[in-house]
Amino acid sequence: MDFPKDLKYHKEHTWVKVEGNRALIGITDHAQEELGDIVYVELPERGSDSEQDESFGTVESAKAISELFAPISGRVVDINEDLADQPELINDDPYDSGWLVEIEMSDPSELDSLLTADTYKKYIEEEKG
Amino acid sequence: MPEQKSNLKRTPLYDIHKGLGAKMTTFAGWEMPLEYSGIIDEHLTVRRAVGLFDVSHLGKIEVTGPKALDAVQVATTNDASILSDGQVQYSLSCDTFGGIMDDVTLYRFSEDRFMFCVNAANREKIFNWLGENIGSIAEIRDKSSDLATLALQGPLAQQLLQKVCDAELSLIRYYRFVLNNINGIEAILSRTGYTGEEGFEIYVAAAAAETVWEMIMDAGKDVRIRPCGLGARDSLRLEMGYTLYGNDITEETTPLEACLERFVKFQKQSFIGKEALLTQAHEGIKKRLIGFEMVGRGIPRSHYPIHVEGRRIGEVTSGESSPSVGKFIGMGYVETQFSNPETKIEIEIRGKMVEAVVVKRPFYKKT
Repeated sequence: MDFPKDLKYHKEHTWVKVEGNRALIGITDHAQEELGDIVYVELPERGSDSEQDESFGTVESAKAISELFAPISGRVVDINEDLADQPELINDDPYDSGWLVEIEMSDPSELDSLLTADTYKKYIEEEKG
Repeated sequence: MPEQKSNLKRTPLYDIHKGLGAKMTTFAGWEMPLEYSGIIDEHLTVRRAVGLFDVSHLGKIEVTGPKALDAVQVATTNDASILSDGQVQYSLSCDTFGGIMDDVTLYRFSEDRFMFCVNAANREKIFNWLGENIGSIAEIRDKSSDLATLALQGPLAQQLLQKVCDAELSLIRYYRFVLNNINGIEAILSRTGYTGEEGFEIYVAAAAAETVWEMIMDAGKDVRIRPCGLGARDSLRLEMGYTLYGNDITEETTPLEACLERFVKFQKQSFIGKEALLTQAHEGIKKRLIGFEMVGRGIPRSHYPIHVEGRRIGEVTSGESSPSVGKFIGMGYVETQFSNPETKIEIEIRGKMVEAVVVKRPFYKKT
């Protein structure tokens, strides 16, 4: 399983890639693996606001509906429209073409509360028991 | 907290599933493989080539004795008297109110020996119910743990199976079975399934299950056979519009409501539930099982409300993103007046009304 070092991770299994005051958000390799084939994604509208730790959408696999929790607060400036017809991009390429939304951060200091690749990896190992 | 798993039952193939890296799930008290390579991949493999499922959780109950046929007739809605040896019949067992106790496949070995293949969740219930209702005229035996069941499904199933058995498979017609062997190991080969594809269900002694699984997987190597789990089993059956006990049919639904009336033979002698079903047929059926396709976007899920013009008229019982049809599809019960194909309905998906339309089943048609 892959956890790129240049990303920050949220305990609800989303990642953040910071570019200036903007951040790309997606779900982790671990999350897509646990979910299995993703068949539907519901994302927020462009221009809507999301709050750190709050739900901003859902991903659905054959068996389960999972809430997406925002790793960081801000305004949604872009969404990945390819996912409407190709939700499998999240399985195939969770850190690149399977990204979910782009957010303009309202409080970049929230980034400090996120995990590094190493601590996230440890966290999921502990979660598994 | 990890789920407490100590009380779960395991099939004789459990170690094989773990060895293949299957993601396991809990189903009807069993720890079963949900998926191996992925539900969509397994689903498409069965549609295009061939897949192997472990369905050993299904219950197998034998009814024997000189009056076995009479006993079976009392306990099922279809007419078992038309069966000959080596024939299988889809049938239903109903309670006195006409509610569906289980849907079963009934095997006739001989005039005095039948076998019910029942849903895993209903095994104990049906075994006890058969005992109470027909135990005085026939012997009822639970053979479930003696026999393992593999389902080999897909267009290449026959050519593959032919490599490991000496029965002439092309002579076995749909819903027929033979007593034969897999490389010398005794087996029942039944041309039945739950996927809409050609294929066989294979019953072998539990002790031989691992060997037979490996033989079939080995024989299927060159056609890239895949092990398949309950996830693909469910997505395949739903594309065909087949009902799943516990979702689409329960004790709260009758065969008439579930559009299974062709498996109810009122002209045969008395059977349990006959009077109630006749009454329902005369008084009118208030709800019907429909198939529907989403027009708007969203996956319909079990228990989501169905509306017409702001009024709740029913409930979803099964739904999915269909891998072969490429649409969001579902089944559910609605008031009978809304059950005709092309009727516009709305599915309430987490508070949002999403357009859908009633369609004929099956959703998937082989081209």
